[in-house]
Amino acid sequence: MIRLTTPLTEEAIRQLKVGDEVLLNGNVVLSRDMGHKFMKEQKPEWLKPILENMVIYHCGPVVRKNADGSWTFVAAGPTTSIREEPYQADVIETYKVRGVIGKGGMGKKTSEGLQKTGAVYLHATGGAGSLLAERVKRVVDVKMLEEFGSPEAFWIIEVEDFPLVVTMDSHGGSLHEIVAQQSQDRAKALMA
Amino acid sequence: MSECVVPTLTSAEVVASKSVLPEGWKADMSNLAGLDLTLCATELLRRTTSRLPQDVIDALVKGRDAEEPGSRAFNTLNDMVRNIILADGNVSPLCQDTGSIIFWVRHPFGFSQRAARKQLRAAVMEATKRSWLRPNCVESLSGKNSGTNMDPFHDHHPAFHFEEWDQAHIEVSVMQKGGGSENVGAQYRLPDAALGAGRDIKGVRKCIIDAVVKAQGQGCSPGILGVSIGGDRVTGWERAKELVLRKLGTANPDPKMDAFEKELTRDLNTLGIGPMGYGGATTVLGVSAEEMYRHPASFYVSIAYMCWSSRRGTLTLAADGQPSYDL
Repeated sequence: MIRLTTPLTEEAIRQLKVGDEVLLNGNVVLSRDMGHKFMKEQKPEWLKPILENMVIYHCGPVVRKNADGSWTFVAAGPTTSIREEPYQADVIETYKVRGVIGKGGMGKKTSEGLQKTGAVYLHATGGAGSLLAERVKRVVDVKMLEEFGSPEAFWIIEVEDFPLVVTMDSHGGSLHEIVAQQSQDRAKALMA
Repeated sequence: MSECVVPTLTSAEVVASKSVLPEGWKADMSNLAGLDLTLCATELLRRTTSRLPQDVIDALVKGRDAEEPGSRAFNTLNDMVRNIILADGNVSPLCQDTGSIIFWVRHPFGFSQRAARKQLRAAVMEATKRSWLRPNCVESLSGKNSGTNMDPFHDHHPAFHFEEWDQAHIEVSVMQKGGGSENVGAQYRLPDAALGAGRDIKGVRKCIIDAVVKAQGQGCSPGILGVSIGGDRVTGWERAKELVLRKLGTANPDPKMDAFEKELTRDLNTLGIGPMGYGGATTVLGVSAEEMYRHPASFYVSIAYMCWSSRRGTLTLAADGQPSYDL
Protein backbone atom coordinates (compact mmCIF):
# COMPACT_ATOMS: atom_id res chain seq x y z
CA MET A 1 0.00 0.00 0.00
CA ILE A 2 1.45 3.35 -1.08
CA ARG A 3 0.40 6.55 0.73
CA LEU A 4 0.41 9.65 -1.44
CA THR A 5 -0.47 13.23 -0.55
CA THR A 6 -1.38 15.95 -3.05
CA PRO A 7 0.19 18.04 -4.54
CA LEU A 8 2.23 15.32 -6.26
CA THR A 9 5.62 15.45 -7.94
CA GLU A 10 6.31 13.99 -11.37
CA GLU A 11 9.03 11.87 -9.76
CA ALA A 12 6.60 10.19 -7.35
CA ILE A 13 4.14 9.53 -10.16
CA ARG A 14 6.75 8.01 -12.47
CA GLN A 15 7.48 5.38 -9.81
CA LEU A 16 3.90 4.04 -9.84
CA LYS A 17 3.10 0.90 -11.81
CA VAL A 18 -0.12 -0.79 -12.87
CA GLY A 19 -1.48 -2.82 -9.94
CA ASP A 20 -0.08 -0.57 -7.18
CA GLU A 21 -2.58 0.08 -4.42
CA VAL A 22 -2.69 3.69 -3.28
CA LEU A 23 -4.20 5.55 -0.34
CA LEU A 24 -4.60 9.15 -1.41
CA ASN A 25 -4.62 12.13 0.95
CA GLY A 26 -5.00 15.86 0.48
CA ASN A 27 -7.09 17.88 -1.94
CA VAL A 28 -8.62 16.53 -5.13
CA VAL A 29 -10.75 18.37 -7.69
CA LEU A 30 -13.99 16.89 -9.00
CA SER A 31 -14.80 17.30 -12.66
CA ARG A 32 -16.80 15.35 -15.21
CA ASP A 33 -18.52 15.93 -18.56
CA MET A 34 -19.27 19.66 -18.51
CA GLY A 35 -16.02 20.50 -16.76
CA HIS A 36 -13.86 18.61 -19.23
CA LYS A 37 -15.52 20.15 -22.27
CA PHE A 38 -15.11 23.56 -20.62
CA MET A 39 -11.44 22.99 -19.78
CA LYS A 40 -10.54 21.82 -23.26
CA GLU A 41 -12.47 24.48 -25.14
CA GLN A 42 -11.92 27.51 -22.90
CA LYS A 43 -8.73 26.64 -21.00
CA PRO A 44 -9.57 28.99 -18.11
CA GLU A 45 -6.48 30.45 -16.42
CA TRP A 46 -8.04 30.52 -12.97
CA LEU A 47 -8.04 26.72 -12.83
CA LYS A 48 -4.26 26.51 -13.30
CA PRO A 49 -3.23 27.07 -9.66
CA ILE A 50 -6.07 24.75 -8.57
CA LEU A 51 -5.06 21.86 -10.83
CA GLU A 52 -1.27 22.01 -11.12
CA ASN A 53 0.26 18.82 -9.67
CA MET A 54 -3.18 17.86 -8.38
CA VAL A 55 -5.61 15.02 -9.01
CA ILE A 56 -8.91 15.21 -10.92
CA TYR A 57 -11.74 12.96 -9.75
CA HIS A 58 -14.48 11.93 -12.19
CA CYS A 59 -17.40 12.16 -9.79
CA GLY A 60 -20.83 13.77 -9.54
CA PRO A 61 -21.58 13.60 -5.82
CA VAL A 62 -24.80 13.61 -3.85
CA VAL A 63 -24.35 16.62 -1.56
CA ARG A 64 -26.20 18.06 1.40
CA LYS A 65 -26.13 21.74 2.33
CA ASN A 66 -25.86 22.17 6.08
CA ALA A 67 -27.61 24.84 8.14
CA ASP A 68 -24.34 26.82 8.46
CA GLY A 69 -23.93 26.95 4.66
CA SER A 70 -21.21 24.30 4.52
CA TRP A 71 -21.51 21.18 2.37
CA THR A 72 -21.39 17.48 3.16
CA PHE A 73 -20.75 14.71 0.65
CA VAL A 74 -23.40 12.02 1.12
CA ALA A 75 -22.34 9.71 -1.72
CA ALA A 76 -19.27 10.14 -3.86
CA GLY A 77 -18.14 7.22 -5.99
CA PRO A 78 -16.54 7.50 -9.44
CA THR A 79 -18.40 7.97 -12.71
CA THR A 80 -17.43 6.26 -16.00
CA SER A 81 -14.21 7.86 -17.25
CA ILE A 82 -14.27 6.91 -20.90
CA ARG A 83 -16.65 9.79 -21.68
CA GLU A 84 -13.75 12.18 -21.00
CA GLU A 85 -11.46 10.40 -23.48
CA PRO A 86 -11.74 13.19 -26.09
CA TYR A 87 -10.65 15.79 -23.52
CA GLN A 88 -8.47 14.13 -20.88
CA ALA A 89 -5.04 14.20 -22.50
CA ASP A 90 -5.37 17.92 -23.30
CA VAL A 91 -6.55 18.70 -19.81
CA ILE A 92 -3.64 16.78 -18.27
CA GLU A 93 -1.14 18.62 -20.44
CA THR A 94 -2.66 22.11 -20.15
CA TYR A 95 -3.01 21.98 -16.38
CA LYS A 96 -0.10 19.63 -15.49
CA VAL A 97 -2.45 17.26 -13.70
CA ARG A 98 -0.68 14.33 -11.99
CA GLY A 99 -3.56 11.93 -11.58
CA VAL A 100 -7.07 11.12 -12.71
CA ILE A 101 -9.47 9.09 -10.55
CA GLY A 102 -12.39 7.33 -12.17
CA LYS A 103 -13.81 3.98 -13.11
CA GLY A 104 -13.76 1.75 -16.16
CA GLY A 105 -10.42 2.99 -17.46
CA MET A 106 -9.56 5.19 -20.43
CA GLY A 107 -8.18 4.77 -23.92
CA LYS A 108 -5.02 5.24 -25.97
CA LYS A 109 -5.15 9.01 -26.22
CA THR A 110 -5.28 9.39 -22.45
CA SER A 111 -2.53 6.80 -22.00
CA GLU A 112 -0.30 8.87 -24.28
CA GLY A 113 -1.15 11.97 -22.25
CA LEU A 114 -0.23 10.19 -19.02
CA GLN A 115 3.14 9.18 -20.47
CA LYS A 116 3.92 12.61 -21.88
CA THR A 117 3.08 14.72 -18.82
CA GLY A 118 3.83 12.16 -16.11
CA ALA A 119 0.46 11.24 -14.65
CA VAL A 120 -1.50 8.12 -13.65
CA TYR A 121 -5.05 6.84 -13.85
CA LEU A 122 -6.34 5.69 -10.48
CA HIS A 123 -9.31 3.35 -10.29
CA ALA A 124 -11.91 3.58 -7.53
CA THR A 125 -14.69 1.06 -6.91
CA GLY A 126 -17.75 2.10 -8.87
CA GLY A 127 -20.99 2.15 -6.96
CA ALA A 128 -19.24 2.40 -3.60
CA GLY A 129 -20.77 5.83 -3.05
CA SER A 130 -21.25 5.59 0.71
CA LEU A 131 -17.90 3.94 1.37
CA LEU A 132 -15.97 6.59 -0.55
CA ALA A 133 -17.96 9.51 0.90
CA GLU A 134 -16.69 8.41 4.33
CA ARG A 135 -13.15 9.15 3.14
CA VAL A 136 -14.04 12.75 2.28
CA LYS A 137 -12.84 14.82 5.23
CA ARG A 138 -14.32 18.12 4.12
CA VAL A 139 -15.48 20.19 1.22
CA VAL A 140 -12.83 22.89 0.73
CA ASP A 141 -14.51 24.90 -2.03
CA VAL A 142 -16.76 24.65 -5.06
CA LYS A 143 -16.48 26.44 -8.42
CA MET A 144 -19.07 26.80 -11.19
CA LEU A 145 -21.85 25.42 -9.01
CA GLU A 146 -24.46 27.82 -10.38
CA GLU A 147 -23.45 27.29 -13.99
CA PHE A 148 -23.01 23.51 -13.99
CA GLY A 149 -25.28 22.25 -11.20
CA SER A 150 -24.12 20.10 -8.29
CA PRO A 151 -23.28 16.84 -10.15
CA GLU A 152 -21.04 18.69 -12.63
CA ALA A 153 -19.43 21.44 -10.54
CA PHE A 154 -15.71 21.65 -9.69
CA TRP A 155 -15.87 20.51 -6.06
CA ILE A 156 -12.56 20.76 -4.23
CA ILE A 157 -12.48 18.24 -1.41
CA GLU A 158 -9.96 16.96 1.08
CA VAL A 159 -9.75 13.18 1.22
CA GLU A 160 -8.19 10.86 3.76
CA ASP A 161 -6.82 7.45 2.79
CA PHE A 162 -8.93 7.35 -0.34
CA PRO A 163 -8.52 3.74 -1.61
CA LEU A 164 -7.36 3.45 -5.23
CA VAL A 165 -5.58 1.14 -7.63
CA VAL A 166 -3.23 2.31 -10.37
CA THR A 167 -4.72 0.79 -13.53
CA MET A 168 -2.92 3.02 -16.08
CA ASP A 169 0.61 4.22 -15.39
CA SER A 170 2.92 6.80 -16.92
CA HIS A 171 4.86 4.14 -18.85
CA GLY A 172 2.07 2.99 -21.14
CA GLY A 173 0.81 0.16 -18.92
CA SER A 174 -2.95 -0.39 -18.75
CA LEU A 175 -4.79 -3.11 -16.85
CA HIS A 176 -7.92 -2.24 -18.86
CA GLU A 177 -6.19 -3.00 -22.14
CA ILE A 178 -5.02 -6.38 -20.83
CA VAL A 179 -8.47 -7.40 -19.52
CA ALA A 180 -10.15 -6.19 -22.73
CA GLN A 181 -7.76 -8.20 -24.90
CA GLN A 182 -8.16 -11.38 -22.84
CA SER A 183 -11.95 -11.12 -22.74
CA GLN A 184 -12.13 -10.50 -26.50
CA ASP A 185 -10.08 -13.63 -27.11
CA ARG A 186 -12.32 -15.64 -24.80
CA ALA A 187 -15.46 -14.21 -26.48
CA LYS A 188 -14.20 -15.41 -29.85
CA ALA A 189 -13.87 -18.92 -28.46
CA LEU A 190 -17.38 -18.76 -26.92
CA MET A 191 -18.88 -17.58 -30.20
CA ALA A 192 -17.16 -20.22 -32.31
CA MET B 1 -8.28 -6.72 3.60
CA SER B 2 -9.11 -10.29 2.71
CA GLU B 3 -11.45 -11.17 5.55
CA CYS B 4 -14.99 -11.87 4.31
CA VAL B 5 -17.23 -8.99 5.30
CA VAL B 6 -20.60 -10.33 6.44
CA PRO B 7 -23.49 -8.30 5.01
CA THR B 8 -25.43 -7.65 8.19
CA LEU B 9 -28.19 -5.19 7.46
CA THR B 10 -30.39 -3.27 9.88
CA SER B 11 -33.42 -5.23 11.07
CA ALA B 12 -36.91 -4.77 9.67
CA GLU B 13 -37.85 -3.04 12.95
CA VAL B 14 -35.05 -0.48 12.61
CA VAL B 15 -35.95 0.15 8.97
CA ALA B 16 -39.58 0.66 9.96
CA SER B 17 -38.56 3.01 12.78
CA LYS B 18 -36.87 5.30 10.25
CA SER B 19 -39.91 5.33 7.97
CA VAL B 20 -41.37 8.63 6.79
CA LEU B 21 -44.82 7.04 7.13
CA PRO B 22 -46.56 7.78 10.45
CA GLU B 23 -47.05 4.64 12.55
CA GLY B 24 -50.24 2.84 11.65
CA TRP B 25 -50.57 4.68 8.29
CA LYS B 26 -53.02 2.95 5.99
CA ALA B 27 -54.41 3.78 2.57
CA ASP B 28 -58.17 4.21 2.26
CA MET B 29 -58.87 1.68 -0.49
CA SER B 30 -62.60 2.43 -0.42
CA ASN B 31 -61.73 5.73 -2.10
CA LEU B 32 -59.28 4.72 -4.86
CA ALA B 33 -59.71 7.95 -6.80
CA GLY B 34 -58.79 9.95 -3.71
CA LEU B 35 -55.68 7.94 -2.73
CA ASP B 36 -52.48 9.81 -1.92
CA LEU B 37 -49.33 7.82 -2.65
CA THR B 38 -46.86 10.65 -1.97
CA LEU B 39 -45.73 9.57 1.48
CA CYS B 40 -45.64 5.81 0.95
CA ALA B 41 -43.74 6.31 -2.34
CA THR B 42 -41.23 8.65 -0.63
CA GLU B 43 -40.63 5.82 1.82
CA LEU B 44 -40.17 3.40 -1.09
CA LEU B 45 -37.45 5.68 -2.54
CA ARG B 46 -35.78 6.02 0.86
CA ARG B 47 -35.46 2.25 0.91
CA THR B 48 -34.45 1.65 -2.72
CA THR B 49 -31.71 4.30 -2.67
CA SER B 50 -30.09 2.93 0.50
CA ARG B 51 -30.87 -0.82 0.56
CA LEU B 52 -30.13 -3.52 -2.00
CA PRO B 53 -32.52 -6.45 -2.49
CA GLN B 54 -31.41 -9.56 -0.59
CA ASP B 55 -31.08 -11.66 -3.77
CA VAL B 56 -28.55 -9.15 -5.18
CA ILE B 57 -26.56 -9.13 -1.93
CA ASP B 58 -26.56 -12.94 -1.89
CA ALA B 59 -25.28 -13.07 -5.48
CA LEU B 60 -22.48 -10.58 -4.72
CA VAL B 61 -21.41 -12.57 -1.67
CA LYS B 62 -21.51 -15.82 -3.64
CA GLY B 63 -19.35 -14.19 -6.31
CA ARG B 64 -16.87 -12.90 -3.76
CA ASP B 65 -16.55 -16.25 -2.04
CA ALA B 66 -15.70 -17.87 -5.38
CA GLU B 67 -12.86 -15.38 -6.05
CA GLU B 68 -9.28 -15.90 -4.85
CA PRO B 69 -9.05 -14.36 -1.31
CA GLY B 70 -6.99 -11.17 -1.43
CA SER B 71 -7.32 -10.78 -5.20
CA ARG B 72 -8.49 -7.47 -6.64
CA ALA B 73 -11.80 -9.11 -7.59
CA PHE B 74 -12.27 -10.42 -4.05
CA ASN B 75 -11.37 -7.09 -2.44
CA THR B 76 -13.61 -5.16 -4.80
CA LEU B 77 -16.62 -7.38 -4.06
CA ASN B 78 -15.79 -7.07 -0.36
CA ASP B 79 -15.83 -3.26 -0.70
CA MET B 80 -19.21 -3.51 -2.40
CA VAL B 81 -20.52 -5.44 0.61
CA ARG B 82 -19.00 -2.83 2.96
CA ASN B 83 -20.73 -0.12 0.96
CA ILE B 84 -24.07 -1.95 1.23
CA ILE B 85 -23.75 -2.10 5.02
CA LEU B 86 -22.81 1.59 5.30
CA ALA B 87 -25.55 2.94 3.02
CA ASP B 88 -28.18 0.92 4.85
CA GLY B 89 -26.97 2.00 8.29
CA ASN B 90 -26.70 5.68 7.36
CA VAL B 91 -29.77 5.77 5.10
CA SER B 92 -27.57 7.32 2.45
CA PRO B 93 -27.52 6.57 -1.29
CA LEU B 94 -25.68 3.35 -2.16
CA CYS B 95 -24.28 5.15 -5.20
CA GLN B 96 -23.99 8.85 -6.00
CA ASP B 97 -25.66 8.10 -9.32
CA THR B 98 -29.13 7.55 -7.96
CA GLY B 99 -30.21 6.96 -11.53
CA SER B 100 -33.18 7.70 -13.68
CA ILE B 101 -36.35 6.87 -11.80
CA ILE B 102 -38.73 4.39 -13.44
CA PHE B 103 -42.07 3.41 -11.91
CA TRP B 104 -44.31 0.46 -12.69
CA VAL B 105 -47.77 0.82 -11.14
CA ARG B 106 -50.37 -1.96 -11.16
CA HIS B 107 -53.76 -0.97 -9.83
CA PRO B 108 -57.47 -1.91 -9.76
CA PHE B 109 -60.21 -0.14 -11.71
CA GLY B 110 -61.16 3.24 -10.30
CA PHE B 111 -57.60 4.34 -9.47
CA SER B 112 -56.52 7.70 -10.92
CA GLN B 113 -53.33 7.48 -12.98
CA ARG B 114 -53.30 11.24 -13.36
CA ALA B 115 -53.34 11.75 -9.60
CA ALA B 116 -50.73 9.01 -9.10
CA ARG B 117 -48.32 10.67 -11.55
CA LYS B 118 -48.56 13.90 -9.63
CA GLN B 119 -48.01 12.18 -6.29
CA LEU B 120 -45.10 10.03 -7.46
CA ARG B 121 -43.45 13.13 -8.91
CA ALA B 122 -43.89 14.85 -5.57
CA ALA B 123 -42.27 11.83 -3.89
CA VAL B 124 -39.27 12.08 -6.23
CA MET B 125 -38.92 15.82 -5.53
CA GLU B 126 -39.09 15.19 -1.77
CA ALA B 127 -36.48 12.40 -1.97
CA THR B 128 -34.25 14.78 -3.97
CA LYS B 129 -34.66 17.50 -1.37
CA ARG B 130 -33.61 15.04 1.34
CA SER B 131 -30.42 14.11 -0.62
CA TRP B 132 -31.67 10.55 -1.16
CA LEU B 133 -31.66 11.23 -4.89
CA ARG B 134 -29.20 13.32 -6.87
CA PRO B 135 -30.78 15.84 -9.24
CA ASN B 136 -30.29 13.83 -12.44
CA CYS B 137 -32.48 15.69 -14.87
CA VAL B 138 -30.70 18.13 -17.18
CA GLU B 139 -31.62 19.92 -20.39
CA SER B 140 -30.04 17.90 -23.18
CA LEU B 141 -28.36 20.69 -25.12
CA SER B 142 -27.41 23.21 -22.45
CA GLY B 143 -26.82 20.63 -19.71
CA LYS B 144 -28.73 22.88 -17.32
CA ASN B 145 -29.89 20.97 -14.25
CA SER B 146 -33.51 21.43 -13.20
CA GLY B 147 -32.36 20.68 -9.64
CA THR B 148 -35.60 18.85 -8.83
CA ASN B 149 -35.31 15.67 -10.91
CA MET B 150 -38.25 16.89 -12.99
CA ASP B 151 -38.12 16.98 -16.79
CA PRO B 152 -37.74 20.67 -17.71
CA PHE B 153 -39.64 20.24 -21.01
CA HIS B 154 -42.35 17.60 -20.68
CA ASP B 155 -43.34 15.12 -18.03
CA HIS B 156 -41.03 12.32 -19.08
CA HIS B 157 -39.02 12.02 -15.88
CA PRO B 158 -39.69 10.10 -13.73
CA ALA B 159 -40.90 7.50 -16.23
CA PHE B 160 -44.20 5.68 -15.63
CA HIS B 161 -45.69 2.38 -16.69
CA PHE B 162 -49.29 1.87 -15.59
CA GLU B 163 -51.30 -1.30 -15.78
CA GLU B 164 -54.87 -1.80 -14.64
CA TRP B 165 -55.43 -5.29 -13.30
CA ASP B 166 -58.32 -7.27 -11.88
CA GLN B 167 -56.87 -7.54 -8.39
CA ALA B 168 -57.84 -5.48 -5.37
CA HIS B 169 -54.35 -4.44 -4.25
CA ILE B 170 -51.90 -1.89 -5.68
CA GLU B 171 -48.25 -2.47 -6.47
CA VAL B 172 -45.73 0.29 -7.08
CA SER B 173 -42.33 -0.91 -8.27
CA VAL B 174 -39.42 1.43 -8.81
CA MET B 175 -36.01 1.08 -10.44
CA GLN B 176 -33.13 3.52 -10.04
CA LYS B 177 -31.25 3.03 -13.29
CA GLY B 178 -27.75 4.49 -13.28
CA GLY B 179 -26.35 6.31 -16.31
CA GLY B 180 -23.12 4.33 -16.58
CA SER B 181 -24.99 1.05 -16.89
CA GLU B 182 -27.59 2.59 -19.20
CA ASN B 183 -24.79 3.68 -21.54
CA VAL B 184 -23.53 0.13 -22.04
CA GLY B 185 -26.94 -1.35 -22.86
CA ALA B 186 -27.25 -2.35 -26.52
CA GLN B 187 -29.84 -3.19 -29.14
CA TYR B 188 -28.88 -5.51 -32.00
CA ARG B 189 -30.67 -6.20 -35.27
CA LEU B 190 -30.32 -9.70 -36.61
CA PRO B 191 -28.80 -10.91 -38.80
CA ASP B 192 -25.60 -9.12 -37.81
CA ALA B 193 -22.91 -9.77 -40.39
CA ALA B 194 -20.04 -8.34 -38.34
CA LEU B 195 -20.81 -10.72 -35.47
CA GLY B 196 -21.77 -13.59 -37.70
CA ALA B 197 -25.04 -13.71 -35.78
CA GLY B 198 -28.11 -15.17 -37.46
CA ARG B 199 -31.79 -15.16 -36.58
CA ASP B 200 -31.65 -17.96 -34.02
CA ILE B 201 -30.76 -18.56 -30.39
CA LYS B 202 -27.06 -18.86 -31.26
CA GLY B 203 -27.24 -15.43 -32.86
CA VAL B 204 -28.91 -14.00 -29.76
CA ARG B 205 -26.16 -15.51 -27.62
CA LYS B 206 -23.48 -13.84 -29.73
CA CYS B 207 -25.14 -10.44 -29.30
CA ILE B 208 -25.20 -10.82 -25.52
CA ILE B 209 -21.56 -11.93 -25.32
CA ASP B 210 -20.58 -9.01 -27.56
CA ALA B 211 -22.47 -6.50 -25.41
CA VAL B 212 -20.84 -7.73 -22.21
CA VAL B 213 -17.35 -7.65 -23.74
CA LYS B 214 -17.94 -4.12 -25.06
CA ALA B 215 -19.22 -3.02 -21.63
CA GLN B 216 -16.07 -4.27 -19.82
CA GLY B 217 -16.24 -2.73 -16.33
CA GLN B 218 -17.87 0.47 -17.48
CA GLY B 219 -21.40 -0.44 -16.47
CA CYS B 220 -20.14 -1.32 -12.96
CA SER B 221 -19.85 -5.07 -13.28
CA PRO B 222 -20.88 -7.59 -12.11
CA GLY B 223 -23.93 -6.67 -14.15
CA ILE B 224 -27.46 -8.00 -14.28
CA LEU B 225 -28.86 -8.40 -17.79
CA GLY B 226 -32.44 -8.08 -18.98
CA VAL B 227 -32.70 -9.44 -22.51
CA SER B 228 -35.74 -9.30 -24.74
CA ILE B 229 -35.73 -11.24 -27.99
CA GLY B 230 -38.02 -9.61 -30.54
CA GLY B 231 -40.55 -6.81 -30.14
CA ASP B 232 -39.97 -3.50 -31.89
CA ARG B 233 -37.31 -0.94 -30.99
CA VAL B 234 -39.44 0.46 -28.17
CA THR B 235 -41.31 -2.57 -26.81
CA GLY B 236 -38.08 -4.58 -26.88
CA TRP B 237 -36.20 -2.05 -24.77
CA GLU B 238 -39.15 -1.58 -22.44
CA ARG B 239 -39.42 -5.29 -21.74
CA ALA B 240 -35.65 -5.72 -21.40
CA LYS B 241 -35.58 -3.15 -18.61
CA GLU B 242 -38.57 -4.61 -16.86
CA LEU B 243 -36.87 -8.02 -16.88
CA VAL B 244 -34.15 -6.57 -14.64
CA LEU B 245 -36.82 -6.44 -11.91
CA ARG B 246 -36.90 -10.25 -11.78
CA LYS B 247 -35.39 -11.66 -8.59
CA LEU B 248 -32.00 -13.28 -9.16
CA GLY B 249 -32.08 -17.01 -8.62
CA THR B 250 -35.72 -17.44 -9.59
CA ALA B 251 -36.25 -19.79 -12.50
CA ASN B 252 -37.49 -18.51 -15.84
CA PRO B 253 -41.00 -19.94 -16.36
CA ASP B 254 -39.94 -21.00 -19.86
CA PRO B 255 -37.68 -24.05 -19.31
CA LYS B 256 -35.83 -23.52 -22.59
CA MET B 257 -35.07 -19.90 -21.68
CA ASP B 258 -34.12 -20.98 -18.17
CA ALA B 259 -31.50 -23.37 -19.53
CA PHE B 260 -30.28 -20.68 -21.94
CA GLU B 261 -29.90 -18.14 -19.14
CA LYS B 262 -28.02 -20.55 -16.89
CA GLU B 263 -25.57 -21.65 -19.56
CA LEU B 264 -25.02 -18.07 -20.71
CA THR B 265 -24.39 -16.82 -17.17
CA ARG B 266 -21.76 -19.54 -16.71
CA ASP B 267 -20.11 -18.68 -20.03
CA LEU B 268 -20.13 -14.91 -19.45
CA ASN B 269 -18.35 -15.50 -16.17
CA THR B 270 -15.47 -17.14 -18.06
CA LEU B 271 -14.77 -13.88 -19.94
CA GLY B 272 -12.46 -12.73 -17.15
CA ILE B 273 -13.77 -9.15 -17.01
CA GLY B 274 -14.63 -9.43 -13.31
CA PRO B 275 -15.91 -6.83 -10.84
CA MET B 276 -15.36 -3.29 -12.18
CA GLY B 277 -13.36 -4.78 -15.07
CA TYR B 278 -10.39 -5.60 -12.82
CA GLY B 279 -10.33 -9.20 -13.98
CA GLY B 280 -11.97 -12.11 -12.16
CA ALA B 281 -14.71 -14.71 -12.39
CA THR B 282 -17.67 -12.51 -11.44
CA THR B 283 -18.68 -10.60 -14.57
CA VAL B 284 -22.47 -10.98 -14.38
CA LEU B 285 -24.78 -11.87 -11.50
CA GLY B 286 -27.56 -13.12 -13.71
CA VAL B 287 -29.41 -12.97 -17.01
CA SER B 288 -33.16 -12.68 -17.43
CA ALA B 289 -34.29 -13.38 -21.01
CA GLU B 290 -37.67 -13.50 -22.67
CA GLU B 291 -38.95 -14.21 -26.13
CA MET B 292 -41.51 -11.81 -27.64
CA TYR B 293 -43.40 -11.50 -30.92
CA ARG B 294 -41.70 -9.72 -33.79
CA HIS B 295 -42.49 -8.31 -37.21
CA PRO B 296 -41.37 -10.86 -39.83
CA ALA B 297 -38.84 -8.37 -41.20
CA SER B 298 -37.37 -7.30 -37.84
CA PHE B 299 -35.41 -9.24 -35.26
CA TYR B 300 -34.17 -7.14 -32.35
CA VAL B 301 -32.19 -8.27 -29.36
CA SER B 302 -32.41 -5.62 -26.65
CA ILE B 303 -29.99 -5.90 -23.74
CA ALA B 304 -30.55 -3.79 -20.65
CA TYR B 305 -27.45 -3.73 -18.45
CA MET B 306 -27.97 -3.08 -14.75
CA CYS B 307 -25.02 -2.33 -12.48
CA TRP B 308 -24.26 -4.47 -9.42
CA SER B 309 -26.03 -1.83 -7.34
CA SER B 310 -29.39 -2.98 -8.69
CA ARG B 311 -31.71 -0.68 -6.85
CA ARG B 312 -35.26 -1.88 -7.19
CA GLY B 313 -38.16 -2.30 -4.80
CA THR B 314 -41.90 -2.74 -4.56
CA LEU B 315 -44.50 -1.15 -2.35
CA THR B 316 -47.72 -3.13 -1.96
CA LEU B 317 -50.93 -1.58 -0.71
CA ALA B 318 -53.04 -4.59 0.29
CA ALA B 319 -56.78 -4.71 -0.31
CA ASP B 320 -57.26 -3.37 3.24
CA GLY B 321 -54.82 -0.50 2.60
CA GLN B 322 -51.95 -1.94 4.66
CA PRO B 323 -48.58 -0.88 3.14
CA SER B 324 -45.67 -3.29 2.88
CA TYR B 325 -42.24 -3.13 1.26
CA ASP B 326 -40.08 -5.92 -0.13
CA LEU B 327 -36.87 -4.35 1.22
